[in-house]
Amino acid sequence: MSSKPVMTPSTEANLSRRGFFMKLGILFNGFAAMVVAVPVVGFLLSSVTRGRASGYLSWVPLGRIDEFPEGETRLATFRNPNVMPTDGKTVDTACWVRRVAGEKFQVFAINCAHLGCPVRWFPQSGLFMCPCHGGAYYRDGARASGPPERGLFEYPYKVENGLVTIQAGELPTPGAAIASLTGEKPPCAS
Amino acid sequence: MRIMIGKIGEWFDHRLQLAAPIREAAEHPVPRNTASWFYVFGSAALTVFLLQLVTGILLALIYVPSGGEAWSSLQALNHQVTLGWFVRAMHGWGSNFMVAIVLIHMTQVFLFGAHKYPRELTWIIGVFLLLMTLGMAFTGQIMRFDQDAYWGLGIGASIASRVPIIGPAVVKLMLGGPIIAGATLSRFFALHVFVIPGMLIAFVGLHVLMVLKLGINEWPMPGRIVKRATYEAQYHALTSKDGAPFVPYAVWKDMFFAAFIILAIAACAYYFGPFGPTGQPDPTIIQTAPKPDYFFLWLYALLSLLPPSLETPFLLICPPLVILGLILLPFLSGEGEKSWKRRPIAVITVLMIAITLATFTRMAQFTPWSPHMNAWSGDPIPDRYIHGTTALERQGALVFQVKQCRNCHSIGDTGGQRGPALDSVAVRLTRDQLIRQVIQGGGNMPAYGNNLSPAETTALVAFLETLHPETQSPARDGARDLVLSEGKAQSATQP
Repeated sequence: MSSKPVMTPSTEANLSRRGFFMKLGILFNGFAAMVVAVPVVGFLLSSVTRGRASGYLSWVPLGRIDEFPEGETRLATFRNPNVMPTDGKTVDTACWVRRVAGEKFQVFAINCAHLGCPVRWFPQSGLFMCPCHGGAYYRDGARASGPPERGLFEYPYKVENGLVTIQAGELPTPGAAIASLTGEKPPCAS
Repeated sequence: MRIMIGKIGEWFDHRLQLAAPIREAAEHPVPRNTASWFYVFGSAALTVFLLQLVTGILLALIYVPSGGEAWSSLQALNHQVTLGWFVRAMHGWGSNFMVAIVLIHMTQVFLFGAHKYPRELTWIIGVFLLLMTLGMAFTGQIMRFDQDAYWGLGIGASIASRVPIIGPAVVKLMLGGPIIAGATLSRFFALHVFVIPGMLIAFVGLHVLMVLKLGINEWPMPGRIVKRATYEAQYHALTSKDGAPFVPYAVWKDMFFAAFIILAIAACAYYFGPFGPTGQPDPTIIQTAPKPDYFFLWLYALLSLLPPSLETPFLLICPPLVILGLILLPFLSGEGEKSWKRRPIAVITVLMIAITLATFTRMAQFTPWSPHMNAWSGDPIPDRYIHGTTALERQGALVFQVKQCRNCHSIGDTGGQRGPALDSVAVRLTRDQLIRQVIQGGGNMPAYGNNLSPAETTALVAFLETLHPETQSPARDGARDLVLSEGKAQSATQP
C-alpha cells in the first residue's frame, strides 16, 4: 500500500536486536501466563483443595432419638452441611438409621458400596438390596452377596441431648473420607 | 438480478478470495468407485453434528443449568414452550444417531483399510472424535438432570474413586464439590456446551481437511498392497486416470443420505418424543432403579457380570488399553492389504466386538441381575403351586413371599432372575441341601439363618420340596433313606 520499502535486516547487529526483543516478548508473555495460571488452576482445583484444608465433613442432626425405635432400621434424611444457592433438592440426602439398642446406632449411607445406587431396606428378610446390580447386605451392613466388595458405608454418629447426629458432607465412595472413617469408634458412643 | 448477485459475489470474493480454494476442494478428483453408498457415513456424522449444534443452541434458549431449576426447565420445554418437546426429542434422538453413525463410520473405515498409510493421523483424530462423541453423550445425559442423571453421576464418581491415591481428589474435581449438587451440573454444562463442542469443531475441521489433503481412501482391491514407497504415486495415478470430481460425481449420495438421516431423526423425534426427564433429582427419593442411556448399557451390564475382584482392574486398565490400541492400530498395520476379503482377523475382531456389545446391551435391557424390588408384594405365587398343598406347605409359601425370596427367584415366570428359577428346585436339591442353602446362603445368595425362625425354615423348605414337575420326583438323599429304614424310631424324633 505505502511506498515505503520493505524493511530488510541490514546488519547482523540489527537482526540480533530484533531477535532479542522477540525472545524477551515470549518470556514476558510466559511470565504473564504464569501469573494468570496460578489463580486459574487454584480456581479449577478449589473443590479438591478446600476438602483438604478444612474438610467437608461436619456434624448434622438426623432427629430425636425416640424417632428411631430400638431394633429397627428407619430411613432418615438430612441436609448436606455445604449448600450452594443453585443446589436445589440435591443437598437433601437419605440414610438408613439402625438403632441397635439404647444409644448404640449404625447409620448407613444410602449409596451401595458397589457403584453408589440407592439401597433399600427390607425388614422382613433383614436385607438391604440394591436395584442396580443386585448387591445385598445384612442388617448390620455387612456384605451378603452380589458385586460389592465391602459392607455399606457407615457415618460416624453421636447422641447428644437426645439428638442423633452424624458426621456427613461427602458423597460416600470407596475412596472418600467417609469410607476411611468407617469402623472408627464413634467419638461419643461410649 | 443475476448480474447484480454476480457483482455482489465478485465484490466479496475480491476481498475474501475463498471461491477458488472452495471450488478446488469441491471438484478435486476422487477415485470413481468411492462414489459409493459405503462412503456416506462420515458426511452423515458431520450432518448430525451440525444438527446437534443447532438444536443444542435452541435448547439453551430455555434450559437453565442450575441444580434447582434444570429439571423444571426441561418440564417447561416438554409441556409449556411451543414445540419445545420436538426440539428436545430431536437433540436426544440426534445424539443416539450420532453415536451409532460414528461407530458405523469407524467400522467401515477400518474394514476398508482407510487407517493405513498415509492416513494414520486421520484415524487417530477420528479416535479422539469418537471419545468426544461419547463424552458428549455422557455429559448430555447429565444435562437431563433427573434421577437417572443424579445416580448416574454417583456411578461415575464411584468408578473414579477407585483410581489409586488420587481417586478422592478426582471425585471432588469431577463433582465440583463433596457431593453431587448444583456445581456438578454447572461444570458438566460447561463441558457439554463449551469445552467438548469447541474441541469437536477443531478436530472435525482437521479430520475433514486431512481427507481433502490426502484424498479419500480408494475402494480396496484384494491384492493391491499398500506400501509406503509407492502408495502416493499409485493413488495419484488412480485419481488422475480414473478420477471424477467429488462435486457432483460423489456428493449426491452424501446429500441424499444426510437428508435421509435428518428425516429419520425427525421421524423418531415425532413418533417417540423426547427422553424423560424421569423423576426429580431428589436424593431422598430412593425408589428408583437408575439406568444409563443405550450407548452405555453394555458397560452397565459388564459391571454387574464381572467377578467383583476383577472390576476395579478392568475399569482402570481396560479403557486406557483400548484407546491406546486404537491409536496404535495404524502403526501396527500401516501397510499391506486393505481389502476386508484378505483380512480375516480384522473381520472377526469387528464381529466379536459387535456381538459382545450387542449381547451386553440386550442383557442390560432386561437386567436379569437386578432384584425385582416389588416382586415379593406384587407377584403372587401361581395357584397351581399351592393347589392341594398341606397347611405347612402353604405357610412355607407365605414365608417364601414375605421374606422377599421372590425378589431374586422367579416362580411361574414371575419374580426376579438374580438367582435361579425355583419351579423345579426340589429336583435339584434334597431336603437337607435346601435347609443348608436357606440358612447358610452361598453362591450368590445371602444367608437367611438370622432372619428365619426354625418354624419358618421348616415351612419354607416344606414348600420348596413341592416344587417339582409332576413327571419328576424330588431329589432324595440315598443315605438318608438307609438311615430312615434302619431306625424308624430315631427319624420320628427328627424335625
